[in-house]
Amino acid sequence: MNSVFYLSAAVAIVSTVLMITRLNAVHALLYLILSLLSIAVIFFISGAPFAAGLELIIYAGAIMVLFIFVVMLLNLGDRATAQERSWLKPSMWVGPATLASILAVEVAYFLLHEPAQSLAPGEIAPKAVGVALFGPYVIGVELASMLLTAALVGAYHLGSRHVEKSEPRNLRQPANSEAHHVDFAKPGIASSDDFVRVGNDRPAGAP
Amino acid sequence: MILFALGTIGLLVRRDLIFILMSIEVMLNAAGLAFVAAGARWGQPDGQVMFIFILATAAAEVSIGLALVLRLHRQYKSLDVDAASEMRG
Repeated sequence: MNSVFYLSAAVAIVSTVLMITRLNAVHALLYLILSLLSIAVIFFISGAPFAAGLELIIYAGAIMVLFIFVVMLLNLGDRATAQERSWLKPSMWVGPATLASILAVEVAYFLLHEPAQSLAPGEIAPKAVGVALFGPYVIGVELASMLLTAALVGAYHLGSRHVEKSEPRNLRQPANSEAHHVDFAKPGIASSDDFVRVGNDRPAGAP
Repeated sequence: MILFALGTIGLLVRRDLIFILMSIEVMLNAAGLAFVAAGARWGQPDGQVMFIFILATAAAEVSIGLALVLRLHRQYKSLDVDAASEMRG
């Protein structure tokens, strides 16, 4: 039990160190996913299987997909394919694959060799977590829902192009940014003039 | 603790906005790990409840942060946070 914990903790620390020292965002994302996986293993062996599942599903699934989506979105262009091919060279997979195989061996050992034993002496079932979550912490659940709604509205507002068009143009690179906006505008929705008109329709004083 | 320190170091050292967001993720993970470990130590489910709240906070934070990344990239064509250090108006 202890050796499994220390091994996965070491994997977490090593992958995090490698994450903050990568120069490339995609390589850093690989190591960050590995760090999240090892933390999920730590949760699992410390008696919190529900937290481990949530860590896998939400962090390593949803949030990392958001990161990868944005990283790929920022690299639109002709050379995106060649760039991705150069990013995902087989030599770059060696480090994450080695560390991930350590975690896989840990989980396999744990599942095969100690099947009858409980996960931990203080294992907390998901039912107890749910009872606590919707019992004394129900106001926190409501606040979290309000926070997520605010994040949704804020992300939509920041991501919409109306805000950008109604602001004064950037002082540094006026010509380049204009060409850049035309590149990023989705075809078939509206022309650039439409965006300017929509921006002027906004009430004065809007950001 | 070490993970939190590493996240802080990454936050301070890197100037790329995506790396800063990833470091914040690491720091939130370290906080959640501390909560879950404390909950497992005392056998209470409160640690995992707090971890769920941290998870919701991280999801909200990363959505806002990535929208800001997109806007910064559109406006400055760079992900360097020092490029956006000028304030006007």
